[in-house]
Amino acid sequence: MTCAALAALLGTTALARAETVAITGGTVYPVSGPKIAGGTVVIRDGRITAVGANVAIPAGARRIDARGKLVTPGLINAQTVLGLVEVGGERATRNTSARGLVNADFRPWEGFFSESASIASTREDGVTTVGIFPSGGLVSGQAAAMDLADGTAAEMLRKAPVGVVATIVTGPRFTSDVDEMTAGGNDTAAGGEASQPPASRADALAALRELLEDARFYALRRARFDAGTLRGLSASRRALDALLPVVQGRESLIVEANRLDDIDAMVRFARAERIRLVIAGGAEAWKIAPRLAAAHVAVITGAMNNIPETFDTLNQRQENAALLRRAGVEVALVGNAGGGDEEAFNARNVKYEAGNAVAYGMSHDDALRAVTLGPATILGIADRVGSLAPGKDANVVVWSGDPFEFSTNVEHVFVRGREYHDRSRQDQLIERYRHLPRTNN
Amino acid sequence: MHRFSRGLAAVFTAAFVAFPTFGLAQQTAPSPSPSPGPTPGPGAISVPFADPYPSTYAPFPSRATLIRNATILTAAGPAIHNGSILIRNGKIAAVGDAGAPADGVVVIDARGKYVTPGIIDIHSHMGDYPAPGVSAHSDGNEATNPNTANVWAEHSVWPQDPQFPRALAGGVTTVQILPGSANLIGGRSAILKVVPARTVQAMKFPGARYGLKMACGENPKRVYAGRGPSTRMGNMAGYRAAWIAAEAYKRRWDAWNASHKGDPPARDLTLESLAEALRGDIYVHMHCYRADEMAQVIDMSHEFGYKVRAFHHAIEAYKIADLLAKEGIAATMWADWGGFKMEALDTVRANIGLVDAAGVRATIHSDDASGVQRLNQEVAKAMFAAKRAGLPVTEDVAIKWMTINAAYSLGLDDRTGSLEVGKNADLVLWDGDPFSVYTHAEKTWIDGALLYDRDDPQQNWKTDFELGYVRSAVRK
Repeated sequence: MTCAALAALLGTTALARAETVAITGGTVYPVSGPKIAGGTVVIRDGRITAVGANVAIPAGARRIDARGKLVTPGLINAQTVLGLVEVGGERATRNTSARGLVNADFRPWEGFFSESASIASTREDGVTTVGIFPSGGLVSGQAAAMDLADGTAAEMLRKAPVGVVATIVTGPRFTSDVDEMTAGGNDTAAGGEASQPPASRADALAALRELLEDARFYALRRARFDAGTLRGLSASRRALDALLPVVQGRESLIVEANRLDDIDAMVRFARAERIRLVIAGGAEAWKIAPRLAAAHVAVITGAMNNIPETFDTLNQRQENAALLRRAGVEVALVGNAGGGDEEAFNARNVKYEAGNAVAYGMSHDDALRAVTLGPATILGIADRVGSLAPGKDANVVVWSGDPFEFSTNVEHVFVRGREYHDRSRQDQLIERYRHLPRTNN
Repeated sequence: MHRFSRGLAAVFTAAFVAFPTFGLAQQTAPSPSPSPGPTPGPGAISVPFADPYPSTYAPFPSRATLIRNATILTAAGPAIHNGSILIRNGKIAAVGDAGAPADGVVVIDARGKYVTPGIIDIHSHMGDYPAPGVSAHSDGNEATNPNTANVWAEHSVWPQDPQFPRALAGGVTTVQILPGSANLIGGRSAILKVVPARTVQAMKFPGARYGLKMACGENPKRVYAGRGPSTRMGNMAGYRAAWIAAEAYKRRWDAWNASHKGDPPARDLTLESLAEALRGDIYVHMHCYRADEMAQVIDMSHEFGYKVRAFHHAIEAYKIADLLAKEGIAATMWADWGGFKMEALDTVRANIGLVDAAGVRATIHSDDASGVQRLNQEVAKAMFAAKRAGLPVTEDVAIKWMTINAAYSLGLDDRTGSLEVGKNADLVLWDGDPFSVYTHAEKTWIDGALLYDRDDPQQNWKTDFELGYVRSAVRK
């Protein structure tokens, strides 16, 4: 190991317990309130202790001169597979899915890879928290929020679960990474459990309806279940347990749906079942934006999609997020423009999704919200992150300019009050090959 | 019959269309009493530069247009501020100070706006993997044999792919449609203008040479793991076997084309494409991620005496930029895709800048129908990453990454890819700095014809598929 690499290693582990820092003179975007010109943000013991134009700077605070710069909450990418997928093509590094079709009890954060090389490269681009989402099956599992701080997966965990993820997108989406291992299998069934993928979208909706019904039914009859005298249920005991917070309205059901009618059907379903609903994907959500707003259904979507890629997404358009927000819908912008592994390696690019949302009609303030407080609200972590306010955890970024512009540099990144000076794997590769050897070696 | 000299092959190809009696089948199978049926075509013989599916493209109607007060990134020199550009008869008639408009010239005031050459994407699968991406549309990988040099991408292209008008709306004027990368040798590419058409022939860039798609690394060995190749050394053995066969085929046909003595050799579409690559008549475009594999391929090109025109994806080009420069091989790259497989793990955003700085013709590519719409943004990512790595990259250089360098990789740099007098009027008017996330392509011209206008959505190209399905007009 080179001296520089050793220093970098120490820099990211040994140093910096929570210090007191005052970021002064910048244009501060609290997101929860109007921007503050020449504002100060004070960070102490991992928390934000003051935000404002006339803030007393604690004695001994390290000062960061942010004049001419922008100060925002650390960005949040609500829907990623960061830490769940390291190298997409290598099955052994994929940890996104569980075996069956109804995996409401699957907790992907327990398989999170805290040493992922993408963590530093994502953080150094200004993203400090990510949602991690399971995939596969009808009910994929539970989502979680992770802070991009050093530590083990358990230490990085911001909150879990933050919702149960399901889909009514038919076809290959029902196939999980491990389906080939369990095709036709039904190894944990207590009787009647779903083992065949839904054959159509109405079939999927019916299966979801039956699941919620069974969750309620089972919750009232646990003793009979344990005694073995209960009728067959459509999912395992643990899956139904995990769905209880959903049927009780304490946790969101996050449903991937793109087609107008699928979204509409889910809104009606959520109303009938009295559950909290978040739509992910939401390609054609703009068509019923006012109804989504009225029903308090949030949408996780992108701003670069305009191709009729499937019969579910014929009318997706780049204005989707702007139209939803204008109607009052809470929006989280995520990278789903396809290509690469947008959801892991390029989770960092969520800021460009926000820039494109502005290019297609969203206000800059709303776009900033859609990558900070919006996703924090949707993931149920807005009490701690996503805005700059006293008492919040200090996930803070200082930018040289507009966060959404390619020309802007990320100058300071704080996660939980600690500043990170990352030298990502990519930075190190550039350094190594910046000057090629004169020999052929 | 001594009609088939190599130098005149293209002419004779045209002649075949007009005078099908040149068909060899008549000579090799003479009929004592000619039947009145259709005359056989020329398909039995293999000639260099054969063009049996010729372009029928004709420029769309255009009006002389003067764009004034623009920032012009010419891709042929320094930026011109507050300049003007005149397009007339489908060509660029003046750049810089185009003078006062003559009568009847459309005048566009481009204050605060930018003009660039039309964007060229040399790695696209539009038409071959069209939208919607249903199973019936999977026409991009003939994954039935590791060597399918016999297939031609144009025979899969669906001109009604809704992805084409969206690319045009992103300022893209020329694309190379490649077969996929399942195979060691995937087949011939099609060079298309991004124009509305009923047939692919009407999109084909007149006079463009074919490309030959080849692929390194993980994809072929994964697809053929069961029957081989299943390793990188198996990949190399596969290419070499193909070149060996092609070399013999080329010699047989070169001899016969020179003499026309006796029966012509049997025509073989696979070997014909490879022989054309050996002759240098079609360009080898090789999908290759890793530095060490590119170096192996370079040695192989020396072994068989051909040139690789461009390495595609070239994730690790920055590690051997000096070698690529020495060999004169172009590299085409993403700005920051990575991590999706082991050979894509070493992606760095400074790749294009580092490669360019070493003297390699570097370009961006999309490989993606969404990304193709924002190649200006991808170049912006790469440009600013290069600056952060300490490279003195300017917009004058970065503009080449999506224009003239790409044109070079297709052998079309004498016709398109830069704003110079006499070249095709393929250009884009941007409503701001093209390297800003907020900027849109406002107008796109191909051969002087205004084919996309953000301000006139109703006139914009809508494919047949979209009718009755897609309500909103394409407006990037």
